[in-house]
Amino acid sequence: MFAAAIIVFRESLEASLIISIMMAATRGIPMRGRWVWGGVLLGLVGSALVASTMEMITNLAEGIGSELFNVVILITAICMLAWHNIWMSVHGKELAHQISNTASAVTDGSRERSVILVVVALAVLREGSETVLFLFGVATGGGNGIRDTLLGGLMGLGSGAVVAALLYAGLLKIPVRWFFAVTSALVLLLAASMASQVARLLIQADLLPSLAMPIWDTSGVLSQNTALGTILHGLVGYEAQPAGMQVLAYVVVFTAIAIGMKSVSMRLRPVR
Amino acid sequence: MKKQIALAILSLAAINAFAATDEFTLTIKNHAFEPKELKVPAGKKIKLVVVNEDATPAEFESKPLGREKVIPAKAKVSINLGPLMPGRYGFVEEYHETEAAAQGTIVVE
Repeated sequence: MFAAAIIVFRESLEASLIISIMMAATRGIPMRGRWVWGGVLLGLVGSALVASTMEMITNLAEGIGSELFNVVILITAICMLAWHNIWMSVHGKELAHQISNTASAVTDGSRERSVILVVVALAVLREGSETVLFLFGVATGGGNGIRDTLLGGLMGLGSGAVVAALLYAGLLKIPVRWFFAVTSALVLLLAASMASQVARLLIQADLLPSLAMPIWDTSGVLSQNTALGTILHGLVGYEAQPAGMQVLAYVVVFTAIAIGMKSVSMRLRPVR
Repeated sequence: MKKQIALAILSLAAINAFAATDEFTLTIKNHAFEPKELKVPAGKKIKLVVVNEDATPAEFESKPLGREKVIPAKAKVSINLGPLMPGRYGFVEEYHETEAAAQGTIVVE
C-alpha cells in the first residue's frame, strides 16, 4: 500500500506543483479556475489515451517514440510558459493593481487562459499516463492487493494535492506588490527544469551527447527519492546526478526567457 | 609518427564501429530482473534491451544513469547507454522498486 502511495505521490506531485504555480501565476484573470480544472480533466482523458496506446507510441521512430512524444509535450509546455512569463512582464502590474483595488476586471487575458488550459493539461498528461499504467498493471495483475494499491494510490494523490495546496496558500500570503515577480520566477524555473528533462530524453534517444554523466553527484547529500528531493525536483528541477547537457539546457532556456521578459518590459515601460 | 597517428585513428574507428553493435539484454519476469547484475564495458556506447515478459507494464528507471522508460506488457524496448565511467549503477523497476527482485546493478568495467 505504501509503495503505491509513494509512486502515485511522486507522479502526482509534479503535476500538482505545476497546477498550483499556474493557479497562482494567473491570479486576477477572470474565470481561471474553470480553465485550470478543464486542463486537469483534459489531461486525465489524455493520460488514459496515452496509457492505452503506450505500446504503439514506444515502437514509433525505431523505438524512440516515447522519448520524442515526451519531448514534444515538454517543448510545447516550455513555449507556453515562456509566453506566459513575457505576457506577465507586461500585464503583471495591471493584474496586481486589479487585485489590490478589487476593481472590476479589465484585463482581457483570453489567450492567457488557453495557456493555463494547455500547460495544466500537458502536466497532468505527462505524469498521469505513468500513474494510469501503474494502477492498470496492478488492477489486471490479479491478487488481493488491488484494494490496498488503490487505497495507497489515493493516499499518494491526496498527499500530492496537500503539498500543492500548501504551496498555493503560501504563495497567496506574498504581498501583492511582489506577488507576480515571485510567480514569474517560479514559472521561469519550471520552464528551465522542463528543458533539462528534454535534454535527458534526447540523450536517452541518443540524439544528444550527455557531455558529462553525471556532471555532479549529490545523491549522498540530498537523494531525489526523499520527499524534499522530490519537491525540489518538481519546483526547480533539482537532480542529484544530472548530465552536463541537462545543466546546459536548463541555463540556456532560463537565460532566453529571462532576456525575453526583460526586453519586453523595457520596451513597454511608460515614460514618466 | 604519421604511421602512429594513422594507427591511433584506425583503432579509434574500430572501437567506434564496435560501439554501435554492443547489445545487452535484461529480462523482467514476475517483476524480477534477470540478471540482477549486468557487466558492461566502460568507455563506449552500448544498447540495453529490456524485455518485459509480464502481462503488466513495467518501468525501467536508473537515477545514476539518467534513464527512465516504460516497457509495455509483453514488449521490449532498447535503451542507449554510455559511454560510461567504470563503476556500479543501480536500476529499479519503478512500479515494484521496494522489492529486492526489482532492483539491479549495471557494473561498468
